[in-house]
Amino acid sequence: MSVISLVVQWFADPAHWSGPDGIPQRLVEHVEISAASVAIGAAIALPIGIALGHYGRFGNVAINISNVGRALPSFGVLVIAFQVLGLGNLPILVALVALAIPPMVTNSYVGLSEVDPDVKEAARGMGYRELAQLLRVELPLAVPLVMAGIRTSAVQVVATATLAALIAGGGFGRYIIDGFAQQDYTKLAAGAVLVAALAMATELSLSALERVLVPRGIRLQRAPVARRATTFKTA
Amino acid sequence: MPRGVFLDYVDPWVNWTWLSTHIPLFVAAVEQHLTLTVIAVAGGLAISMPLGIAAHRWRSLRNPVLAFFDVVYTIPSLALFALLVPYTGLGVVTAEIGLIGYTVLILVRNLLVGLESVAPDVLDAADGMGYRPLARLFRVELPLALPAIFAGVRIATVTTIGLVTITALIGLGGLGQLIERGLIENFHTPLVVATVLSIALALVADLLLVGAQRLAVPWSRGAAS
Repeated sequence: MSVISLVVQWFADPAHWSGPDGIPQRLVEHVEISAASVAIGAAIALPIGIALGHYGRFGNVAINISNVGRALPSFGVLVIAFQVLGLGNLPILVALVALAIPPMVTNSYVGLSEVDPDVKEAARGMGYRELAQLLRVELPLAVPLVMAGIRTSAVQVVATATLAALIAGGGFGRYIIDGFAQQDYTKLAAGAVLVAALAMATELSLSALERVLVPRGIRLQRAPVARRATTFKTA
Repeated sequence: MPRGVFLDYVDPWVNWTWLSTHIPLFVAAVEQHLTLTVIAVAGGLAISMPLGIAAHRWRSLRNPVLAFFDVVYTIPSLALFALLVPYTGLGVVTAEIGLIGYTVLILVRNLLVGLESVAPDVLDAADGMGYRPLARLFRVELPLALPAIFAGVRIATVTTIGLVTITALIGLGGLGQLIERGLIENFHTPLVVATVLSIALALVADLLLVGAQRLAVPWSRGAAS
């Protein structure tokens, strides 16, 4: 029987839809750890990127952090975090947060630093204080790139969370790692389909969120292919 | 808390004695790592150059090409390898289909950025000087796009060096093999040394490419994206 029909059968089997190794449970695990990592990463990275972009300082650092982040082998980082912190979700969280930070810093820096100086001056002229100018003028204009950073990080975190199964983590990676270990190629392929679908869903849902958040006034200017300041892939 | 005499051994982060007797292991791993990376970037260039030029020449190709490779790029590498294993088995073919697929997006995108940034006046001048389309492409447009192409090669190389470690799961891995060994044997030295070497390889490769760019395109100064 072909691989595809075996995988379809795997998905049709009700046994794979319940229990601790069922798809719903694995989905929750995968999404939970990814969402937590992106949220913590954003809480650290966005203030840094936004501040650097607003003041136009340390641009080299903000750009190069992505170059350094790209050089980190996610597999090695995960396993080292596991050796330092032991079993559990903490090492996975720490590694994923570390990998989530660089694209968010770079994109939000570029977004803020690209705000037209004339617009900033106009905001000043209209009597905006610095904080109001940042929050009501610069940030809305930078939304596309700030969101591009979050999107890039989120997709990479979802991808890297798959590797967490190697250090006894949950999530869809379990099917792939267990599939390899048991030489169960149906499970392996089913897990791969689930992981790929989750990564796509992350990209699409964050793109949709971005469309809602971008102010109406600048929607028309957007390039047809979503822009990001860095390409970033860790897993 | 008193510890037993025999349980007192703590695995150091780097066991230098073990390391000094196992250097060939690391040399072989670095060799495989570099081979996989070079094939991926060279293969990516071989595909993305004609593809990018075609997408630039025939505008209707541009967005479908970028969209297709964007989708490929979004697929996590472990999932892509796993999807390919039933067809291409464990090994180099599976690894390279994935790695090349990822480099193509980076390289095509940068090539297009480079070609699209050539000033229309320059193209007019080239036409006025009597360049035919193909000669204009090779003697005017591509040289002007070189900084962007180099930026793409740098990003593709560094990204690939990181991703190669994951191919340990399909029996390759270069330095990733040693990371996996460290995980399985609960032994810090191969894990830590291989991770550090992988980062070092990426940074050295990046610096070498910057140097090559300075030589090949002396008028550009670090156009990275």
